[in-house]
Amino acid sequence: MFRIDFNKLRFLVCDDNPHMRRILRTLLHSFGAREVYEAEDGATALEMYSHYVPDIVITDWAMPIFDGLELAQMIRQPESKGNPYAPIIMLTGHSEKRRVTVARDAGVTEFLAKPISAKGLYQRILNVVANPRPFIKTKTYFGPDRRRNTNSAYMGPERRVGEKHEVLQQPSLLDKAKSSI
Amino acid sequence: MAKNSAKDIEVKAFATHHVITQPNPLRKVLRRVKTPDMDDPVARAEQALAALSGEFKDWMAIEVDRLSAAWTAAQNEGFNDKRREELFHAAHDIKGDAATFGYPSAASIAESLCRVIEHAPNLAKVPAELFTHHVNAIVAIVHENTRLDSTSVSVELSRRLRKVADDYLADVNRDRPEHLEAILAPSIVPAE
Repeated sequence: MFRIDFNKLRFLVCDDNPHMRRILRTLLHSFGAREVYEAEDGATALEMYSHYVPDIVITDWAMPIFDGLELAQMIRQPESKGNPYAPIIMLTGHSEKRRVTVARDAGVTEFLAKPISAKGLYQRILNVVANPRPFIKTKTYFGPDRRRNTNSAYMGPERRVGEKHEVLQQPSLLDKAKSSI
Repeated sequence: MAKNSAKDIEVKAFATHHVITQPNPLRKVLRRVKTPDMDDPVARAEQALAALSGEFKDWMAIEVDRLSAAWTAAQNEGFNDKRREELFHAAHDIKGDAATFGYPSAASIAESLCRVIEHAPNLAKVPAELFTHHVNAIVAIVHENTRLDSTSVSVELSRRLRKVADDYLADVNRDRPEHLEAILAPSIVPAE
């Protein structure tokens, strides 16, 4: 069984709703996190992202100035001086499949639809910590590999040019640990 | 801790894309524990949330006041961009928060209201009663303190409002297939 040392993680929470920020803060502190920074809009979050260099970003979608989607796009700038690889968990009231696709294409790592639960949040955090995906850079996308299930038999129009050896999987820590037993 | 140095990052170039791998920068925070582990962070967080729940009623009242004010402003000034955004945002927050606060029926009704605002081709032509009934129902559920849907009335009210809203949206979007598809698509949130 694996546990996360939350006290070693730095979180940035971005939500314009103070009640939701309070809930997130409560959950993260209960998990054991000490460093939880909060922003109430996308612009402030971006500034705090550069300043505090958080390990994990948890953001709402709908926010003033610029929203969580734009925040994700601004973080995922491969040439930026900051860290473009930080896991981004989008926590949102949007619950339509097409929204998940849009968020994924903006470089969001995990999507969590409200209502929030302690279990749902913990699982998303565990996933980004233990199972990081390789990053893909194309002309139109930079972010975590959007293909969670590698189907080497797929030959449709969305296949990346090349063969199956082109898809490199970063071994998960859990798999590594299991194989070492 | 969150960032690897450039030398740790491996980039493989292919015809249409690059694949970038790096050592997991968060690997140091993962540790193995012996089973059974008595420490359950999820249970601890649920307890903390329960301790916070005494404030949920007041928080919900604030959200509902915001929704009522947004609807009143839209009625007085019409649906300009600002008023539309305010009403949608207020409803959207209730959709996301109300179930956590113990008012799942209010969340369902707020979701229905969000769908009307998002998918109606012209908000000025939406019957005002459709908005009023949604807003009033949410206000009633919260002010009557029907937390956790202690009365089946709020559940039935939610179901009927959703039906009326969906019928309206299906009718006005019959020539807008992309909206019709979104309206008919199932939610990704698992049913209770």
